[in-house]
Amino acid sequence: MKAKVTVTLRDGILDTQGKAVEHALHSLGFTGVKNVRIGKHIELDIDGADAATAKQQIDDICKKLLSNPVMENFRVTVTDGK
Amino acid sequence: MAALKNPKIGVVLFPGANCERDTLHASSLLPGAAVRHIWHKDASVGNLDVIFLPGGFSYGDALRCGAIARFSPVMRSVIEFAEKGGIVIGICNGFQVLTECHLLPGALLMNESRKFICKNIHVRIERNDIAATRALNKGAVLKLPIAHGEGRYYAPPETLQTLEANGQVVVRYCDENGNVMPEANPNGALNNIAGICNARGNVFGLMPHPERASEPILGNTDGWGVFKSLMM
Repeated sequence: MKAKVTVTLRDGILDTQGKAVEHALHSLGFTGVKNVRIGKHIELDIDGADAATAKQQIDDICKKLLSNPVMENFRVTVTDGK
Repeated sequence: MAALKNPKIGVVLFPGANCERDTLHASSLLPGAAVRHIWHKDASVGNLDVIFLPGGFSYGDALRCGAIARFSPVMRSVIEFAEKGGIVIGICNGFQVLTECHLLPGALLMNESRKFICKNIHVRIERNDIAATRALNKGAVLKLPIAHGEGRYYAPPETLQTLEANGQVVVRYCDENGNVMPEANPNGALNNIAGICNARGNVFGLMPHPERASEPILGNTDGWGVFKSLMM
């Protein structure tokens, strides 16, 4: 199974990198851009019979290590990799 | 807690740490102190009175500051030590490790300015009844160096409220006269928080580096009070 994980700062927490990029975009003339949030993208392969079991394991992995629930949210998508 | 005589002090050595020798050296200046490093792969911390988690970039700050160090084999024993009431002090990256392993609440985020800040700042002592501040006066202002990119203390509103209500904020960024105000906040930390302790008071984490300001040859001895406190 292949999994893709996205980790971002929780809503309401100042994302300083996102703000910097937002300001740069405004300087470039893209004045309609708002709420830029920057996160981490993590890909991994995982042994497992089905997507549901794999998803459960990845959720656990995200809570324990890949994200810090105090400040971050995560999203997971699992595919069979084909 | 009774005063420590001949304190046994350990400084954990994570790969990527860079303040472990300074912290060990400052500790060794305490009369009668027995100091040693603790290797990150050690299964046990052994017989100690105080454990320091030093500053640096443990595991290259991979993923998040302190996130990997938290799972070092030695941390299980450090957590056990803390849960039994042992004194644990995390400085800079050590503070980040303490939040990652939930010995302290909250998290340390990228500085508001996005810059790595290396300079002297001032902090005010908010409580002087924990092991690391006993030799200091409440309200005292210390000049201490900071050197971090991720030092913006954050905690969810309800956690922050609990911290304040319990008096768990130990040091706050202030100006040289002790005024806590936004201009004196180097990194955007909530409530100017520079360091906190757990509810029991035996675990303490702070972003400034007292070990870098602990003897006259360094040009600043304001940090020595933190070490001296350990024997009072």
